[in-house]
Amino acid sequence: MLENFVTPDFYPAAAELFIAAMALIVLVADLIAGTNRRWVPALLTMVALVGAIVVTAATADGQTVQTFSRMFVDDLLADFLKLMTYLAVIMALVYSRRYMADRKLDSGEYYMLVLFATLGMMVMISASSLVTLYIGLELMSLSLYGLVAIDRDSKKATEAAMKYFVLGALASGLLLYGMSMLYGATGTLEIGGIAQALYQGNVPKTIAVFGLVFTVAGIAFKLGVVPFHMWVPDVYQGAPTAITLFLATAPKFAAFAMAMRLLVYGMFSLAEEWQHMLLIMAVLSIALGNLAAIAQTNIKRMLAYSAISHMGFMLLGLTSAVVGGQVEPFAVVNAYSSAMYYVVAYVLMSAAAFGMVMLLSRPGYEADTLDAFKGLNQRSPWFAAVMLMVMFSMAGIPFFIGFFAKFSVLLALIKAGYTSIAVIVVLFSLVGAFYYLRVVKLMYFDKPDDTSPIQAGVDMRAMLTINGLMIAFFGLFPDAIMVLCTTTLMRSL
Amino acid sequence: MNAHLLSLAIWVPILGALPVLALGSERRNAVRWLSLLVAIAGFLVTIPLYTGFNNQDAGMQFVERLAWIPRFNIEYSLGVDGISMLFILLNSFITILVVLAGWEVIEEKQAQYMGAFLVMSGLMNGIFSALDGILFYVFFESSLIPMYIIIGVWGGANRVYAAFKFFLYTLLGSLLMLVALLWLFFEAGGSFSILDWHNLRIDMAPQILIFIALLLSFAVKVPMWPVHTWLPDAHVEAPTGGSVVLAAIALKLGAYGFLRFSLPIVPDASHAMAPLMMALSLIAVIYIGFVALVQEDMKKLVAYSSISHMGFVTLGFFIFNSLGIEGALVQMISHGFVSAAMFLCIGVMYDRMHSRKIADYGGVMNTMPKFGAFFLLFSMANAGLPATSGFVGEFMVILGAVKLNFWIGSAAATTLILGAAYTLWMYKRVVFGPVANSHVAELTDINGREFLILGILAGAVLIMGLYPFPVVDVMHATVDNLLKHVATSKL
Repeated sequence: MLENFVTPDFYPAAAELFIAAMALIVLVADLIAGTNRRWVPALLTMVALVGAIVVTAATADGQTVQTFSRMFVDDLLADFLKLMTYLAVIMALVYSRRYMADRKLDSGEYYMLVLFATLGMMVMISASSLVTLYIGLELMSLSLYGLVAIDRDSKKATEAAMKYFVLGALASGLLLYGMSMLYGATGTLEIGGIAQALYQGNVPKTIAVFGLVFTVAGIAFKLGVVPFHMWVPDVYQGAPTAITLFLATAPKFAAFAMAMRLLVYGMFSLAEEWQHMLLIMAVLSIALGNLAAIAQTNIKRMLAYSAISHMGFMLLGLTSAVVGGQVEPFAVVNAYSSAMYYVVAYVLMSAAAFGMVMLLSRPGYEADTLDAFKGLNQRSPWFAAVMLMVMFSMAGIPFFIGFFAKFSVLLALIKAGYTSIAVIVVLFSLVGAFYYLRVVKLMYFDKPDDTSPIQAGVDMRAMLTINGLMIAFFGLFPDAIMVLCTTTLMRSL
Repeated sequence: MNAHLLSLAIWVPILGALPVLALGSERRNAVRWLSLLVAIAGFLVTIPLYTGFNNQDAGMQFVERLAWIPRFNIEYSLGVDGISMLFILLNSFITILVVLAGWEVIEEKQAQYMGAFLVMSGLMNGIFSALDGILFYVFFESSLIPMYIIIGVWGGANRVYAAFKFFLYTLLGSLLMLVALLWLFFEAGGSFSILDWHNLRIDMAPQILIFIALLLSFAVKVPMWPVHTWLPDAHVEAPTGGSVVLAAIALKLGAYGFLRFSLPIVPDASHAMAPLMMALSLIAVIYIGFVALVQEDMKKLVAYSSISHMGFVTLGFFIFNSLGIEGALVQMISHGFVSAAMFLCIGVMYDRMHSRKIADYGGVMNTMPKFGAFFLLFSMANAGLPATSGFVGEFMVILGAVKLNFWIGSAAATTLILGAAYTLWMYKRVVFGPVANSHVAELTDINGREFLILGILAGAVLIMGLYPFPVVDVMHATVDNLLKHVATSKL
């Protein structure tokens, strides 16, 4: 046995190895630094993420390389999504630094868990085998459960973590069951092998589709779309806002990657089957997310329902690639790149939205109700303007990035001939516009209940400003990111 | 320089709004003068559009083309023809008046008030000059944001309701239009150019669907009966400047959309739907005229009279002859001046009395003679008195309608009676008679600034009424070309 052992090529996984090593270093460094020098793990985590950017960017050569017995793949899609993930995590850390410090939650474990969750996402993004994917998924999920419960004295957070854990374990079970079916049908765990077996067609289709259904359920849970969305509002509301921000941003890239790897890379031959499932889930998510968000008074919960509807919208991009058995490369790239662009846009917007919630919070006070935004225009015209941009962007009003995200998805949808679906979803966007407008109304039309000045560090103010300007800038000049998404997919598919 | 006139018309006010916003509301004088400067600069850059315009050329002029989003073949392409050029001038001109009108009365957050109007002005110019479907849509929809803020922040008691209603109503229409635009993109083989769409062959069934999608969007904006209910609310609750911009410019967007999109892109559906459109227009003219008659709130009355006048505009479009379309366009420009003047007059009274109820007034002439004279002129123009601009357009549309069908023409002509009835009756109750109460007795006549605003508008109304040719000549060639387009079947 041993003579068959080939030393794997570690080079494609350099970034993963680096982050893993740094996570362990953070763990030890925290022990040595003690509670008085909290900046040590924080700094090391930043170094880890910036270093990972350098490593990934340096090793991104546009080639598709497989390693570890073809269980791990490094392609342009992986590099792009990983870079986006690092940036999202950095953004989350900058936003949450003071929030976590004020609540004495910025322990070494926090940074360690963030790094391990990031590592999990990276492994998911680069998975080219069902096993790798599952390992990455569990690493990410378990770290996230821990993060949600990091404020262990908070009843709400603990409850949210329990809910997340129980439902997450169930979803993992479903996913594993689906994977076992796929293995049974195709005889391989490798995603490329599954694709080949399905393409050649000599597999029992019933079993394959059975596996597909469970796989889709697992993906749907991670994305948080109807009918696997139940955890989203509770977890978003219950977790400390900094953790909610983290949950609402970077893992979306990983979940998108998971959908791409399993459905597009693995089961493209069954595209018409899963497209129908995704389409139904997407429309239901948009409907339920937008309707339920209206009734919320807690802004974190409102944003959670809005996340459900946004993820539904993103799924619409995935559903419009293959029409009537026809595989047209341009349409396929168009559809998937619209979904990817949507994820990028959504992460930018939701980071800013939760960042605003943290901006208004201070020690002993959580600004998580809608009323906390009352009269913000009088307290701080600039940050009210940032929130205005975020809200209109989420509602899909131009000139903001959210409009072009919706635009490209709708374009793919109409190209696929789903014009009536397009009409239905834009009508639900109209419903959605109502609750985004309500936030603007509170900020601009109402008088503030609380006139105390905003306490926030320079880093947070700068980050929010940059984030808000990005939403406006990429709304005025959306082409760069669109082309980036398209090129990435063209060279990775 | 000439090559970028349209870009200047769009971006001078928008970029000029940034320093205004940055000044903050503390430095009121600086804010006011800077806003006025930006508004005047915005108007000055549009003047060469008129002087340099070639009346004989039916195509697009002052064209600018840049790749904006090459990924989807979306262009930043601008251009004006005889239809749209006048609206850019009108819009930039009205912006100056709006800045002047908000000079003293806006006490709260004046920088944001002025900034919102300047941004709005630039976006409106963008709508009128966009030649790319998505560029048009982007301007069309983003102009909702400043208007929403204007109504909601500086509006009256019921402003929140009005702002939401305004936004959601108009968004409903424009979202369906977006779907229609995307559909046209594929039909045109991957082009968002409106001019390409004009030459597109489309089957009848999709033509009807596109027409309906566009109709919903534009009908809400015009507004046509029965989707007009947002307008009285928005008008009544908006501050004076907001009402002026809404009436003078925003209502024209829907009508402009019919000319730029519906008629040339789906002419067969337009012909097929013309009876419905004429019926809706006549309902607006007659029924809304009666509704205006019973209003107790002056702003509401003028709002309903706007709907009624806009019914005239859509009627003019769908009788498909040059008298009708040109008359409708003249009516749009004239209504821009007259309704702006009416709302400014009501604003003048509201600033002093803080009431818009007709019953609270009476005998204003005794205390405000100069104002009473101006108000009389504008009321007459609103009623369509010959020698004012209000008459020219209505007369042309009625003539056009009679050409098509005598009964449609005579039904439309009832507006001359109804318009006179509701406007002059209101005027009589407010201005004539003995001084009604102590508040009216304490009124002071208009000051120099108000005199200037109303004087400029009075001049415009009279000149257009006596000598409309500078306006009509500009649109001849374009309207003829449009009618040729509409007469050719696209099946």
